[in-house]
This record gives sequence, structure tokens and C-alpha cells, in this order.
Amino acid sequence: MNAYWYCLAGIVQREWLRFVLQRSRFFSALVRPLLWLLVFAAGFRAALGIAIIAPYDTYITYETYIVPGLACMILLFNGMQGSLSMVYDREMGSMRVLLTSPLPRAFLLASKLLAIALISLLQVYAFLAIAWLYGVQPPPVGLLAALPALLLVALLLSALGLLLSNGIRQLENFAGVMNFVIFPLFFLSSALYPLWKMREASEWLYWLCALNPFSHAVELVRYALYQRLNLSALLVCLGLTALFAVLAVLSFNPQHAALRRAN
Amino acid sequence: MNALAVSGVGFAYGARLALQDVGFAVAPGSFAALLGPNGAGKSTLIALLTRLYDLQRGDIRVMGHSLRQQPRQALAQLGVVFQQSTLDLDLSVEQNLRYHAALHGLAKSLAGARIDEELARQQLGERRHDKVRDLNGGHRRRVEIARALLHRPRLLLLDEASVGLDPASRLALNRHVRQLCRDDGLAVLWTTHLLDEVQADDELLILNRGRLVAQGLASRIGADDASLAATFERLTSSEACI
Repeated sequence: MNAYWYCLAGIVQREWLRFVLQRSRFFSALVRPLLWLLVFAAGFRAALGIAIIAPYDTYITYETYIVPGLACMILLFNGMQGSLSMVYDREMGSMRVLLTSPLPRAFLLASKLLAIALISLLQVYAFLAIAWLYGVQPPPVGLLAALPALLLVALLLSALGLLLSNGIRQLENFAGVMNFVIFPLFFLSSALYPLWKMREASEWLYWLCALNPFSHAVELVRYALYQRLNLSALLVCLGLTALFAVLAVLSFNPQHAALRRAN
Repeated sequence: MNALAVSGVGFAYGARLALQDVGFAVAPGSFAALLGPNGAGKSTLIALLTRLYDLQRGDIRVMGHSLRQQPRQALAQLGVVFQQSTLDLDLSVEQNLRYHAALHGLAKSLAGARIDEELARQQLGERRHDKVRDLNGGHRRRVEIARALLHRPRLLLLDEASVGLDPASRLALNRHVRQLCRDDGLAVLWTTHLLDEVQADDELLILNRGRLVAQGLASRIGADDASLAATFERLTSSEACI
């Protein structure tokens, strides 16, 4: 059992060291959500009036509304980027070393996903700290309550990323991921606008948003930040994380890619 | 018991055969050189030996453990140095080694002791806190060898480990691995496409177009021709087998 623990600790520590060394990546990961918060939200504040909706008890600013979505956006980008590099790297570099470990492959992949998720959480909390200074101040206990929700969402999104990267050849570069995964997931969700607003615009768009797993992820985090439990979002996120993780591990086979290239 | 036993291994990428009925063994403490031109199937064989690809036909045993049935026990006995460097250039020598030790489930204190020992053996003790990026190619390879030996494998696999090194470092690396082989009784499988890395008393395996076209002592395989180079040329330019 100890061997598993040492292995997991080693994988997490390596992600941490790489994170510390690549500070520029950390800052660029923060620029994106901050632009949305400080520029986009400022422009849209007047255009979008937010009624009192759960989990908020009062009228809120648009900035307050989009912070949970932007926190999830960091997880979405990191999860996709991390899992794409796992697939790209599997026949060379660090992933190849990882795969020569005698521990089960499923454990190694799960550990790697967890390590990516933990490092992403640091970025999310750095973003939440800046948002706090900017005036978006959820209750401090809410920030703590959001931690397990954010961790679950990080795992959900990296497992989804790994599954998609395994299966879809067109996703071999990040531009493909942006266009076909990140943007649709993000824009067709409750991250930027409440779903009832979407329903006013179009019924079928509303349904797309309502079924989008990313909407459930955002709502789970939004509720947790205000110390509320969104049970349906939690169940959807738990179920999908388990499903995507199992499918991702089963489909992570370097041999499939080699055979596909040969055909 | 052989350190490595490969029997009846075949592999195809779709319709294209990459390996066909490959079988050989490497005894503990022996140095085996696997030679073959580009495209002979060496990389596919390495991918199978390191369990990157699953076996389609045949079996591979490392210290008696089948990669099919007991992959964990087999991998625990195997140390690998890959053709392309797999070190993290921005991390220190020690950080790279600690990561590998963790992947093999070694406790921190045990990993520390093994790292001391292996770095001293590779004469790299003073470089342990240096970033890998600051090391020359020969030293990086030695770090990779130290890394591959941390979990005390009985079989060391080096896949074209001398590629990219200058002639002096190439020779030094080859000598160094032979020394390990003698001192520790470690079995070594050294893949290369360079004939001058092979010595007369090596077990030589020549792979061509996915088949083993020669196996045995290098001196014996080269005996019929003017040189080993001539034998290699003859064997890899035709369908011949010996």
C-alpha cells in the first residue's frame, strides 16, 4: 500500500516543481479569467441585469455572477491542456517513464489527473483572491466549502479531456481543443449567463446549456461558494467523473494510436 | 533462469508486419547487443519490452515473470534508458531521480540512500543539485542509467543510448555499461545500429525486416566474412538467416 502512496506523492511533487518553475504559465493562466472579470464583465454589467436567483440572497453584480464560471474556466483550460499533453507525450518523454512503473496503469493515470487537478486549484484560489480584492467577496467559509467542489470539477474536466484526446485524432493540437471542446462547453453553459436568460432567447439553446456537464460543474461551485449544496449538480458531476475516468483509462492505450497511424 | 526470454513474438501494425516470430534469451550478467538497420523493428520490440504496446503474439519473460501474466513483477525487474532523453531538463538531477524512485514505490529514505549510491557509482555525486539542462550529453545519459538502476532491476535495457553523443562519450558510455554488467551481474540489452559498439564476446542479435537473421557470439557470427561489418551488410541486404 505504501508503494502507492509514495508513487502518488512523487507524481504530485513533480507537478508542483514544474508549476513552481513555470511561473509564466501560472500568470498567463490567470490573465484569461481576469480579462473576463475586469474587462468583459465591466462592459456587460449594464447590459445584463441579474435578478435574485439561488444561491444568492440579494441582487448581485454581473462580476459576482461570473466568478464561479471563470474559476471553472481555469480548470477547464488546465484539464484539457494537461490531458492533451499526456496523450501527446505517451510515446516519449515523461509519460513513457511513468508507464514503465510497475504500479497499475489506471492508478498512474488517476494519480497524474489528480496532480494536475491539485495544481489547478492553486491557480483558482489565486484568481479568487484577486477577485476578492476587486470586490467579489463570497463568505470566507464558502471559499473553503468550494474546495471539494472545485477538486471534483477539476477531476471531471481532466478526465473528460483525457477521454476526448484519446479518442479524437483531430484534437492533437490545442487549437482543436479550443474550438471544439473548450468554447462550446464554456459558452453553452451557465458560466456567463443564467439559464433562464438563455431560455428567453432560445428554447433549444437552453436545453443544450442545461444538459452541458460544464453547467453542472459551474452550479456546483457557485452553490458551494455560498455554502449551499446543489445536490443534482453534485450527483451529475460525481457520476460523470467516474464514467469519464473509467473510459479514459480504458482508452488510454498507446498501441491504439500507433495502429491508427499505420492504417 | 534467463534475465530476458523472448519467444515467438510477432507484431503487426494493421496489415504491416513489424516483427515476426522473434525469439532470443539474455542470461544474467551477459551483455547482448541488438543490432539492426533503421526500420528493422527495434523500436517496436522495445515498445513491447517496456509494455508500451501489448503483446499480440508470443511472450516476453523478465526474470521468469511473463509480461502478459505478471506485468508488475516483470517491470519491477526492468530498468530502461530510452533513445530520447526522458529527463526533465528544468529539474535537478536529484529531483529527476526522486521522481523515478517514487514511481517504483520506494520510500523517501530508501530512495535517498539509493540515489547517493548510484550517483557515486556514476561519478556524478557532485552534480546532484545541478539542473539537468546544465549537464553535457554524456552526463545526462549517466543520470538516466543511475535512474534506471534505482529500483535494482536485474535487466537493463538501453535503446540506442549512445545516439547524439560524441565518439569519446559514446565509447565511455559503452565501457561503463559493460563494467556494470561485470560488477553487478546485471543483464544488459543494448540496441544500436553502430557496429563499433559491439565486441567479439558479446551475444549478438541482428534484426532485419522484423526477423532475427542472426544470433550468437559476435565473433562466431562474423567469422565467415572479412569483418562483422561485411556480415552485417550481407545479412541486412538479403533475406538470409544464420
